[in-house]
Amino acid sequence: MAVYEQTYKPYTGKLTPEWSRFLIIPRHAYRGVFSSKLFTAFFIICFIPLLVEAILIYLHHNVNALGIMRVNVRELIPIDAYFFQTFVNLQGGFAFFVALLVGPPLVSRDLRNNALPLYLCRPFSRTEYVLGKMSVLLILLSLITWIPQLLLFLFQSYLEGFSWFASNLWIASAIFIGSVVWILLLALLSQAISALVKWRVVASGALLGIVFIPSVFGEVFNNIFLTRWGSIISIGALMKSVSAGLFGTFVRESGHLRITDINDNVTEIILREPPLWCSWAALFVICVICLALLARKVRAYEVIK
Amino acid sequence: MSALPAPLQEQTIQEQPVNDAPVIDLHSLSVTFGRRQILKNLRGDLRGRAIGLLGPNGAGKTTLIHTLLGFHYPSAGTAQIFGHDIVTEAKEIKALVGYMPERDSFISKMSAVHFVRLMAELSGLPPEAALERAHEALFYVGLGEARYRRLETYSLGMKQLAKLAQAIVHGPRLIFLDEPTNGLDPPARLRMIKLIREIRDSGKANIVLSSHLLLDVEECCDEILILRDGQIVVYCNLEEERKSNRKFLMLETRGDQTRFVEALGNLGCEYALTGDHRLKVVLQNGVEVRDLYRLAAQEQVQLRRLSYKRDSLEDIFLKAMENTNGGL
Repeated sequence: MAVYEQTYKPYTGKLTPEWSRFLIIPRHAYRGVFSSKLFTAFFIICFIPLLVEAILIYLHHNVNALGIMRVNVRELIPIDAYFFQTFVNLQGGFAFFVALLVGPPLVSRDLRNNALPLYLCRPFSRTEYVLGKMSVLLILLSLITWIPQLLLFLFQSYLEGFSWFASNLWIASAIFIGSVVWILLLALLSQAISALVKWRVVASGALLGIVFIPSVFGEVFNNIFLTRWGSIISIGALMKSVSAGLFGTFVRESGHLRITDINDNVTEIILREPPLWCSWAALFVICVICLALLARKVRAYEVIK
Repeated sequence: MSALPAPLQEQTIQEQPVNDAPVIDLHSLSVTFGRRQILKNLRGDLRGRAIGLLGPNGAGKTTLIHTLLGFHYPSAGTAQIFGHDIVTEAKEIKALVGYMPERDSFISKMSAVHFVRLMAELSGLPPEAALERAHEALFYVGLGEARYRRLETYSLGMKQLAKLAQAIVHGPRLIFLDEPTNGLDPPARLRMIKLIREIRDSGKANIVLSSHLLLDVEECCDEILILRDGQIVVYCNLEEERKSNRKFLMLETRGDQTRFVEALGNLGCEYALTGDHRLKVVLQNGVEVRDLYRLAAQEQVQLRRLSYKRDSLEDIFLKAMENTNGGL
């Protein structure tokens, strides 16, 4: 179908492998995402904590620099699991805001413009579509979470020596698993909301609401019933527990309460966080619900029975 | 972000048809939504270069296309496209077909060339080939000068042409066009019809054209499939049907024609009332024109005008709508 011929001509060239076609979606999506200067600036800001982390690791090992500053950073900020956990959690916060900006319009825009039949009439399945849309977020969020964190872990290992690397390899797995669980959850949540709500602003609001409103209710529940089980409905609290479990800092007993009644009887209550497996199970249930919603909504045409 | 390179496979989009298989082969295809049966036991093999899908609103035209594209699963039976089963070989079929949906469908915040290129890449074309063919397809449909404009800024006619461009960009062997002239003004409609005929005449792609506009189908298609209430009521070759030796008479009468019409029926003639004092009559074997004059005289009806008329698509369609047993 060359321009000069102006006739219909079939394509007889080579085709790309089927497994790689879901990556077409993120490649085209990034053109739109990074066309916003505001978003690009925010994305660059996301790397500042990583820079601070890198500087702290460097200073930790640079005796001259420590001498000049007359600060014993080694004692002030030990480079251990807690150090990495703090930065992983911080980057998780940035990841949430990136997901809030990029995620909501991904599916909703296609639904609003009836674009799904155009995707699905090609050798491109619904699974590939969802995978492609999720990849937009997964790749972006990986760039600010586990990839740089693992590089910094390797940097610390390089400066500290192989024995430190060997004995702290579990920290690397905690960084990877903790970050991947969080970004996967964010990607699934934003896609499911995006598939349910066709308008970007409403979808962004819904994502904010899903993360923060249950936390408020959970805290209210905790304070009324003097328990910590209300955290089971808070996505933030669930991720905090899972992250703490992975980094070995999880403690079930999170506080003590002393209650004095009118007869001056003192009752001591130990507040216990829900067990770790409950947090994992709750996250799993959230992911299954998101996948079920996507399976229901991502169709070429919705059949009204 | 840089393009993610994908190694190329030794595979081409132009798969050879399976032993002269029909374009579409329907094997008792039924589709049910909830408790409502939309398509009922469709059978037949369609082999036309351009097949017109006709029927009143709600007849099941779009559902049939969607089912063939794998958007809906058959509740019973199946169908094949170029010998590939629509259920078990959906991906192979999708590599061979192009689809122009009825409704406004596009990806927002994209220029036409970006949109068509993305569609080509999703069909499996490498990025460079996809970009080249996107430009070619847009020039071919007449959007060459406007190809860098955003789709949101396009007029309805331009959007229709962009939809056609995305349907043909990967050079499919079968193109489904669902109401391609919807909402177009006469010049835009003519342009669309011309393009469809060009693709048909190139001999490199088959076309299934769904429309409720008989004229569009008549101008573009060589075969027609008429659906009513989810059933096939007519499938025929338009040209052969026109050439068939079934003589149509257009009659204009004066007087009370009720009894005259009854008498025509008793004579075995098929007829249709097309207005006050106007009749279309198909003469059966053994019935001559003089028999009509005799009947008219007998029933005291004046025959003011009598002319022969070849069977038009409108006639075929109207008869199909009137006929309950599916015969012509």
